[in-house]
Amino acid sequence: MAGTSYKGTVIEDVDHFLKSDGLDSAREKEIGQHIGYRYDVNLVPDYDRLTPFLKQYMEHMGWDDLNWLEDVHMGYEEGHPAVFDRNINGWVRVPDTIELPDNQQDRDMIARELLIKFQMSPNHPLVQLRQAYMKF
Amino acid sequence: MAGMSWTPDLDYGKSQETRARDLGMNTEPLTGRSMEVFFEPAEEENFVYPWAKDVDFNKRTELDADGLTTTEVNAKIRELMDQGYGTIVIQNPRGKHSLGVGILNRLNLIIEGSTGYFSTGLIDGPNVRVNGRVGWSCGENMMSGTVVVEKNAGSTFGAAIRGGDLVCKGHVGSRTGIDMKGGTIIVGGDTGALSGFMMQRGRMVVCGNAGKNLGDSMYDGTIYVGGKIRSLGVDAVEAELTQLDQAWLTRKLTQYGLMPEQGVGHFTKIVAGKQLWNYDNLEPTEKKLIL
Repeated sequence: MAGTSYKGTVIEDVDHFLKSDGLDSAREKEIGQHIGYRYDVNLVPDYDRLTPFLKQYMEHMGWDDLNWLEDVHMGYEEGHPAVFDRNINGWVRVPDTIELPDNQQDRDMIARELLIKFQMSPNHPLVQLRQAYMKF
Repeated sequence: MAGMSWTPDLDYGKSQETRARDLGMNTEPLTGRSMEVFFEPAEEENFVYPWAKDVDFNKRTELDADGLTTTEVNAKIRELMDQGYGTIVIQNPRGKHSLGVGILNRLNLIIEGSTGYFSTGLIDGPNVRVNGRVGWSCGENMMSGTVVVEKNAGSTFGAAIRGGDLVCKGHVGSRTGIDMKGGTIIVGGDTGALSGFMMQRGRMVVCGNAGKNLGDSMYDGTIYVGGKIRSLGVDAVEAELTQLDQAWLTRKLTQYGLMPEQGVGHFTKIVAGKQLWNYDNLEPTEKKLIL
């Protein structure tokens, strides 16, 4: 089924990486580290599940679709839901106050919305890095 | 987080080293400080970066590139964005290399003609239309936005692309999407050999035929091909085209006016066989050698 595969196997439970440490294979248990992504990087978005915020963002940017956000998914870091921010090369944890939907598509939309809010914030670390190191 | 804020009065005339030091970004003051940022999602409602230029898509101007160097054209684009122009038309590009690179802003950029190598690379946000052909490595390292090329493109189209939509309505050369790490590359015609070489993620859609060694050594990502595939590369395997894939393809191809008459049901989906993910088999042996 699309959207639930990783490393050639199938994620049956959308909460797999929240309920367990994700160390399933003998090799993963041996090294104490999960191998591969904790979500399906190839999952294409279901546009019926767009949030109002994302629709506004698309309109503001002049895009007819999610554009680069199609590659953004909700992942899981140390048992917490998180989204990867390419601008800081790190995970940003989703606040505990946000209730997670029961499917990956809706979770991905939440992750996209949070990532935009975080990246465009004046508190984002890139703001200061840019001031210090920008070339032009 | 303390100290993480925009400093509009910072003197940019100073050297980079001095600026970094003034902001406390050297080893000594950072010792013991946390890089953790506490963020409240409800407080933020911005759609653009804090430093983005405020442009209006309805404010349009033209820029004649004739007689200007590439650097002058690119600097002029920035000047026009500073003045609030959100739609810029470049006339007489005359195949210049590196046109429109490094634009980190929302913008409609229209290039009336053909460009040379590395055009519109490293962009983050703009919508670009090239009403001609492009040379090698168009959209290289693109982060977000859209680039639509009306005619043919050279080799390494979308090399190392990270995000956004890169569209060529004609044919493209070889090594399309080499090392791509995200985003979508759409080719209306055929693509050459070794397309998707070392692809890591993202999506490539080829409406025509694909040359030999398609998806060679791909680690992840998806390639959809509407025509014939001359041969698959190492570890590229065929996968089932799902309903979700078809819905996404239909939406994407319709958006760019490339929807085939017969629909998308005939597309072949290629993914990584992941047999190259063999470090988990190699490492135990290495570990034994060390121990």
